Amino acid sequence: MNKHLDREKQSSIKEIFPAACETSLPRPLFLSGVSAGFPSPADDYLDRKLDLNEHLVKNPAATFFVRVAGDSMIGAGINDNDILVVDRSIDPCSGSVVIAVVNGELTVKRLMKNKDSCRLAAENPDYPDLEIDEETPLEIWGVATFAIHSL
Amino acid sequence: MFGLIDCNNFYASCERLFRPDLANRPVVVLSNNDGCIIARSNEAKALGIGMGTPYFKQESLIRKHDVAVFSSNYPLYGDISQRVMDVLMRLEPDVEVYSIDEAFIRLPAGKPCDLETRGLFLKANVQKHTGIPVSIGLGPTKTLAKIANRFAKKNPATAGVFSISDRQSLDSLLAAVDIADIWGIGRRHAARLKNQGIHTALQLKNCGDSWLRKQLTVTGLRTAMELRGVPCISLEKSVPARKSICTSRSFGQPVHTLGDLQEAVASYATQAAYKLRSGRLRTTVVDVFIRTNSFKKDEPQYCNRRTFTLPAPSSHTATLIKVALASLKTIYRTGYRYQKAGVLLNGLVPENYEQLQLFHAPGPRHTLLMKAVDEINKRWGRDTIQPAAAGIAKEWRFRQMKKSPAYTTRWSELPIAKASFPESFSMA
Repeated sequence: MNKHLDREKQSSIKEIFPAACETSLPRPLFLSGVSAGFPSPADDYLDRKLDLNEHLVKNPAATFFVRVAGDSMIGAGINDNDILVVDRSIDPCSGSVVIAVVNGELTVKRLMKNKDSCRLAAENPDYPDLEIDEETPLEIWGVATFAIHSL
Repeated sequence: MFGLIDCNNFYASCERLFRPDLANRPVVVLSNNDGCIIARSNEAKALGIGMGTPYFKQESLIRKHDVAVFSSNYPLYGDISQRVMDVLMRLEPDVEVYSIDEAFIRLPAGKPCDLETRGLFLKANVQKHTGIPVSIGLGPTKTLAKIANRFAKKNPATAGVFSISDRQSLDSLLAAVDIADIWGIGRRHAARLKNQGIHTALQLKNCGDSWLRKQLTVTGLRTAMELRGVPCISLEKSVPARKSICTSRSFGQPVHTLGDLQEAVASYATQAAYKLRSGRLRTTVVDVFIRTNSFKKDEPQYCNRRTFTLPAPSSHTATLIKVALASLKTIYRTGYRYQKAGVLLNGLVPENYEQLQLFHAPGPRHTLLMKAVDEINKRWGRDTIQPAAAGIAKEWRFRQMKKSPAYTTRWSELPIAKASFPESFSMA
């Protein structure tokens, strides 16, 4: 019973926001009707709409979208075929999900660093981690900030 | 002080951005019709692959050294260019976008070491944010900034940033610059100056003013002044209004039927009309031209153009296609192998500029239709909706056999990040 309640709490919706729709089709004046009704009492309280870009893309010039191929990161909530938002302007730190260059390919991994070792960790027990030492130079292409998948 | 930021081997660097496997491989990019080599990575330059050389002439060299070859991918280059400029504009207040891969900036005068530090900072930021390597030249004038940039690019010791600041080192530097490599000195002027014994930038700098004006007009004198460190060319921050729009291409293979030419011309008119609308412009003069391949001396040659003046400014695709096709019909002759066609729009006026017309009242329906078409093509990709006149198969379309994906402008072509075993990782 308790457990059930917990789950309910976890998936409860806290707030709902209207979505932004950026595209518009302005009409010439003479085609639109004239409003002759009572002005809306909400007019004075209008807030701007929320734009998802604002939430997902902090630095547009440095942000790229990449498509995920494979399931080695499912533990981090990143599924096969997801779109990742990647921000190149962020400095990677230990724990960051990164796009790293491994064998000339862009690869998604979690960067794990401490003072004597560095590895690129998978988030799926079926996949091994990749130890990084002086022999294998590490190039981080960017830091993944969001994963987008449909439910 | 002025700075010139120039992307290194820009198109080749863009192709490498999502292909880290190409990091040390020579890369070349081909022109629109896969005809000539228009960009080379440093490795490709070192192999002796010349700029502008026909692709077929270099094919054996390319195969021998496993050079990666790409058709030009302008949607990608355009997007990356915009990112580079955005980074610069966020860091510097005075930026002039000079070309797809170059920008001038204006900096307050300062100590040479401070200027170079600023340059290194800008370079590092562009590299980190966009992945594109740049070189930066700094100097008291735009012309000297250009020369400094060239020096930075050619000398690894500069770490990609070089500043011309003190007068003494300036002369020895200019003595090593060929006159043909100076910004603003065209090929013809360079040849003429060389005939008269002027070979280096230093010599040009020291020529007398009246002689310079006589030989090279006031433009040449301005260049010499700039070499002396006197700024004559200022930063242009606003883009001058477009005076004309030209859409023309060489065909993938020669075209001889009127039908194919009509498709091509209708398709160029469609593109030109779109360019008009995205610039909020309308055209009054539509020019159509066709020509055969003048390099094929053994084939019969023909070229012609026809100008049509519209009764009222328009950016309506169907209107432009109609007049372009009517013009084409009057200049088309049978029995020739056509290599190129184009549509040129002149007499551009702003969209909101309306001449009162008695018989050609501009239709709001046209405007709404075009807006809807543009929106659809923007959302679902170019040519999702296109006039039937532009053809479906487009057999005449130029060759682009080796085009890389539109990595940053199409959802269906995003770069792939692997979440699996790397290919060479042994499963054992």
